[in-house]
Order: sequence, then C-alpha cells, then structure tokens
Amino acid sequence: MSLIDSIIPARAVEANNALRAPLSKHLRWLESEAIHIMRETVAETRNPALLFSGGKDSIVMLRIAEKAFRPDRFPFPLVHIDTEHNFPEVIAFRDQKVAELNEKLIVRSVGDGIRSGRIMLRRADESRNVHQTTTLLDTIKEFEFDALFGGARRDEEKARAKERIISHRDEWGQWDPKNQRPELWSLYNLRIHPGEHVRVFPLSNWTELDIWQYIAHENLAVPSIYFSHRREIVERKGMLVPVTELTPSKAGETVLTQAVRFRTVGDITCTAPVASDAVTVDEIIEETLLSRLTERGATRLDDQTSDASMEQRKKEGYF
Amino acid sequence: MSRLNLASAQTEAAIDTLRFTTAGSVDDGKSTLIGRLLYDSKSILEDQIAAIARTTHKRGQEGLDLSLLTDGLSAEREQGITIDVAYRYFATPHRRFIIADTPGHEQYTRNMVTGASTADVAIVLIDAAKGIQPQSRRHAALAVLLDLPQVVVAVNKMDLVGYKKEIFQKIKSEFTAIARELGVREISFIPVSALLGDMVVNREVVNHKAVNKETVNTNNMPWYAGPTLLEFLETVRVGKTVAPAFRFPVQLVSRVRFGAQQDSRGYLGRVESGSINVGDHVVVLPSGETARIAEIITLEGNAASAAALDSVTITLDRQLDISRGDVIAERFKPPRVTEHFRANVCWLGNEPLTTARRYLLKHGTRTVPAKISSVNSRYDILTLQPEAATTLNTNDIGELSIQVAQPIMVDAYWANHAGGSFILLDEASNATVAAGTILSEPSDV
Repeated sequence: MSLIDSIIPARAVEANNALRAPLSKHLRWLESEAIHIMRETVAETRNPALLFSGGKDSIVMLRIAEKAFRPDRFPFPLVHIDTEHNFPEVIAFRDQKVAELNEKLIVRSVGDGIRSGRIMLRRADESRNVHQTTTLLDTIKEFEFDALFGGARRDEEKARAKERIISHRDEWGQWDPKNQRPELWSLYNLRIHPGEHVRVFPLSNWTELDIWQYIAHENLAVPSIYFSHRREIVERKGMLVPVTELTPSKAGETVLTQAVRFRTVGDITCTAPVASDAVTVDEIIEETLLSRLTERGATRLDDQTSDASMEQRKKEGYF
Repeated sequence: MSRLNLASAQTEAAIDTLRFTTAGSVDDGKSTLIGRLLYDSKSILEDQIAAIARTTHKRGQEGLDLSLLTDGLSAEREQGITIDVAYRYFATPHRRFIIADTPGHEQYTRNMVTGASTADVAIVLIDAAKGIQPQSRRHAALAVLLDLPQVVVAVNKMDLVGYKKEIFQKIKSEFTAIARELGVREISFIPVSALLGDMVVNREVVNHKAVNKETVNTNNMPWYAGPTLLEFLETVRVGKTVAPAFRFPVQLVSRVRFGAQQDSRGYLGRVESGSINVGDHVVVLPSGETARIAEIITLEGNAASAAALDSVTITLDRQLDISRGDVIAERFKPPRVTEHFRANVCWLGNEPLTTARRYLLKHGTRTVPAKISSVNSRYDILTLQPEAATTLNTNDIGELSIQVAQPIMVDAYWANHAGGSFILLDEASNATVAAGTILSEPSDV
C-alpha cells in the first residue's frame, strides 16, 4: 500500500453526512467542556503545547482546538514524541493534518535519545513506548512548556480513572496520585512553581464510543489503519501481533493474513490489531458497541505486565 | 436512510448525561453496588472480568469480587479501601452516566464534596442490617450543602434481613424525617441487594437454591413496586425549575477582529447559565456598561442563539474595554458586584484556615486576592447545626465572611451553581485549600 493511498479520509462517512442527526446533548456537553478546559489552560499558563500522535484521540483534540480558537491560529504548537517505530500511514497522516491546519509541529525523537546515549536500551528490539517519557521530559525542558494537552481518557485505564483533568507534575515530571489537587465544578487550578508543569486532559470524560461518534459526526479523517485491512499477523498470548520489519514472527509461529484493524495506535512494537471487517466509521461504532473487550485490554501489549503498570509509568512522567 | 434509522438518529440526539455520586465504604457495599450496576448493565468487558477474577482468586476467595472494579490505585488495592475520587462511565440506550465514586469516611469529606460538586444525583447507601449510620446522614447533609437536586437512598443488603418490607419501611420513614430536617430537596428510596443484584438493574435475580439445582429467576421483593436503581437513574429529571439568568464569564479575547468593519473583538467563553440571542441586551461587569449581542460565532458559522453550557465566541454592537475575568450578563437580571460576601466553605487544605493570611480566590474566570474576615460558624456535619468556631480544619465545613481585593460578580449558589461557587488557593504552595458556595444576601431576594 502506498502512503498516498493510505491517507484517504474516512470513506463512507460523507455518503450519509447530509442526513446526520444533530450532535447528541451528551456529545455537545463533552465538546463544550473540552473547549472550556482548553481556553482556561491557554488563559492561565504561559507556554502550553498539544501532544499530537496522529491517533484518534489526538485528532479529536485538534478539532476541539479548532472549535476553541478559530479563526485565530492555535495559541500553542503541536508536539509529537516520535519512537521511530511508527506505522508509516500514521506519520503520513500526521504531516498532512498539520499542513492542512497550517499549525506548527515540533517532533522530538526517542531514536535521537538512544543514539546520543541519553536513553539506554536493554535489548535493541525492546518497546520504545516507555522511553518516550525521557524524550517527553527533555522536550518540556527544551521549550520550557508549562502545560501539555493530552488526549487521555479516564475510561481507558484504572489509574487514569483517578487522574484530574488538570494533573500536576513536579520538577521531575512525576505524578503523585495520593496528593492530587481536588477539582471542583469547572474551577481549575493551573498554578505551578517554576520548573513544574501540568498535563491537561480535556477528553477526560469521553469514552471510546464518544470518540468514534464524534469523529463520525464531525466527519474527521483518521489514519487508514483504523479501518479493516488485510495484514500479516501471528497469534501471541491471545492477541494478534502485526508482522513487520520491527516485529518479525518468532520461530514456530504461523504467519496468517487476516482482515484486521487497530483500535488504538501507538508504538508499532506494542500495538496489536483486532480481527475486523469494519470499513466505515459507522461500522466501527457498531463494533465498539458490541465489543466485549476494552480498548487497551484488546490491543496494548505493554499494559498487561501488571495491574499497576500504567500507574507506575504515569508516576514517572509518562503521558 | 430508512425512516427507522432516522427515528433512532433523532433519539440519539436526545441522549443526555447524568452525573451521580456515590459515597460509602466497603462495609456499606458501595464498591459492590457500583460493580453490580456496571456488571448487570453489561458495562464491564471480558478482560476486566478476567482481571478481577484473577485478583479475587489470588486473595483466596471464590467467584468475582465486584468491589475490585473500582479500586484504581495500588495503595487502594493493597489496603482494600477507596482513597480518592474515581470516575466511571457507562451507557444505556437512554442515557450516558458518569459516576463520581468517593470514599465515605469523615476524613474524606473533601473527596465527597469534590465528587458532589458536579453531580445531579447522590446515591446514599444504608445497610439494612445495621440501620442508619452517621455516614448516611453525612452524605445527605453534603448533598444539601452542594444543592444536589436529587438524593436516592439505596437500602442495601436486603438479602441479610430476609427481604422484609417492614425493615425497609422503618428505614424509609426514619431517614425521610432526617432528610426533611436537613433540607434535602427530593428523596427516593429503593431496596436493593448489591451482592445478589436485587433491584439494582433487575427486579428478578437468579435463585440458586431452587430444588434439583435448576436456576430460576425470583423477585424477592414483590411488595416493592417502584423503579430499580438503574430505572430510576435512567428516568430521573434534574435541573432547576426556574432557569437561571444569562451569565458569560469571559475566558479570552480574540486576536482577530470580526464584523462588517473587521473591528469587533470576539469574546471567548462558555454560557454558564441561561441562554442568549443575537440582539439581546447585556451588561458588562464590573464596568456596568451596556450593549447588545451582535454575533454568536462558532466553527460551523454564526448562530442565532446559544444555550447554557455552549462554548462560543460573541461580539457586541459597540466597542468596550473587556478582558478575561469580566462577566457579560443579562442586562435586567445582573449578578451582584461585590467585594464582601458570606459563603459555606469546605476546608480542603492540610493546614487549617487562618484569618491572618491572604489567599487567592477563583470565581468563574476571575482570580483575586482574598481574606477571611471572619469564621462565623462550623457545621456539625451530621445535623448541619452551626457551632461556634474560630478556624476550619481539613474536612470541616463552616460559614465564612470573605473580603476580596477586587469586585467579583456573584449569584447565590442555590440560584446559580456556576455564579455561586469558588475555590481558594494557597499562594505559597499553589494547593487548592477550600471550596465555597456563596450565600444569599437580603438584596438577592
């Protein structure tokens, strides 16, 4: 598949867009809450930035930013922490999206950190997902960001369920889950000391289903790997693992070609697809409604290590 | 698109959100109740069930301990308690739900207040076997202080008392009296067994004790004709009977200009209450200058009106000097512009309140220096009766008189939650140390 073919926007959405119902009260409330949070953060911090990976949640974040600030330009740059272990379709999508919006994108690479010796790998082929933390914190320091918008949702994971919308980080980038600021009404406390920063999660109250229904309603393009496509995979520990140059099959495994799609898009070495025939956003919504597995449970090879692995990574400064 | 699909699309548009809070301890079966609500409404997915089955087994127990679903942090799992507010999400074809799940012990009052600040409904748990405990009283009192429109009492563990109607009725009449005394607005009672599932989602539950090991479904409380807990949550109406007046705290001022002459500034904000149409008369506060709404701008184009909780950009028909922290309000029903007010305040900080210090007060989009001019009383959190006090400690709730360095535009909290709520920040630590609800003055009535 060439890159150009792979960045065709969400296909069948346009066909029935004319008849699409107004945004539900629920989504309208979520959208407005997210806009309000973004505007509050811009008003009360000195130098914010928005983390953009090309994944579905960060695509919704960009739409929220448009709703919050257009016709002005965004009052912050976009930042991508690149593991260099990417799906090429997603990177092509990222660049096209940034060009369309005419906004500024800063890319900092985990690979640069590895090559300079800043990041030490135990094995050359290990997941770089966890190492994004080092690059992210270095980037925050380099640009002196004091607020970072992220697309994380509370329904994703147990530790996230307890995280505030405005989440304080100390000068080491650490999250202290036992000492979080109470967050009441829509009154956000964005005050920090020099060297500290906040992570801001405007989509905290959204679920995976909300994200897809919003993408459908707003007719937003998403990278093609979210739709069903045929791909070489192996089955490993009950999950489908994509066979790529970075993730070759192991001895004794049978490589199958199967119709799959990705529910989440991350580092290629730790993101697993699910079997799917969904080729439109509406079909994805239907699948999400019927799914019996959570987004991360079905697709993230790195969250399975222990019940607390996300909490641990977050304490250390992860997204 | 077929007519059938269109009909369902229209229903989809009507789907709204209900936010509710639960407070209680593991002993009340609070976590089990939430687990049951999620499990029986099929909101828990297979990998989550597998994970709690593994943990249940690891602890040497059998089956599924549904309370494990809500314990998010490792310290909570180690100690078997809820420490912090956790937010849970589930959906039915009728509504989307957000649960603020909070611990129930007195030392966690601040977490309960946090959860209740955004809730429409409070679920108060009473253990049918133990009867009304101080904790149940405290939860109802907090619902009153935060002006929640609805309280629903889940009388839990009905299975332990033989599903007896008399026990439910006794708790109902006793707690109704308490609720009336406290000033609860609307109260409902539902008998449930979170452990077995009666009246949480289903009226009938599987009865394993049936002869020859066949399972049959039984309604253990045929004497109860009201809704199940989920039916209640799906249908309960919330919101104010009297719509509050239009309030638009300005968040930001646009850099680009609007209007035919390209000379109008856009004011970015969210309609916190009321609604607004193009052409309406407004007053800008604190300056007191008046104007009319010229445009309501959204990404989709200009709108004729904006409703409560819509985030929009508005322009006015004349040039005024407006900045963040100002409020654009309904001209003939403006908020009170004041530097002194009384408020009920829950102290959240680890250090006690001190009248010697300066705090920062954030109200709407305005943050101003503030001083506590006096501590008027501290409430007994079980009865809401005021007692004499000179300070407030962590988790205390009391009435304060507050003075601010610049005017703020306030409403009484009972009339308008957004216009009547504020937080206090500690300038040195940057911590959020208090949450307050502004009281009426004689001039408000």
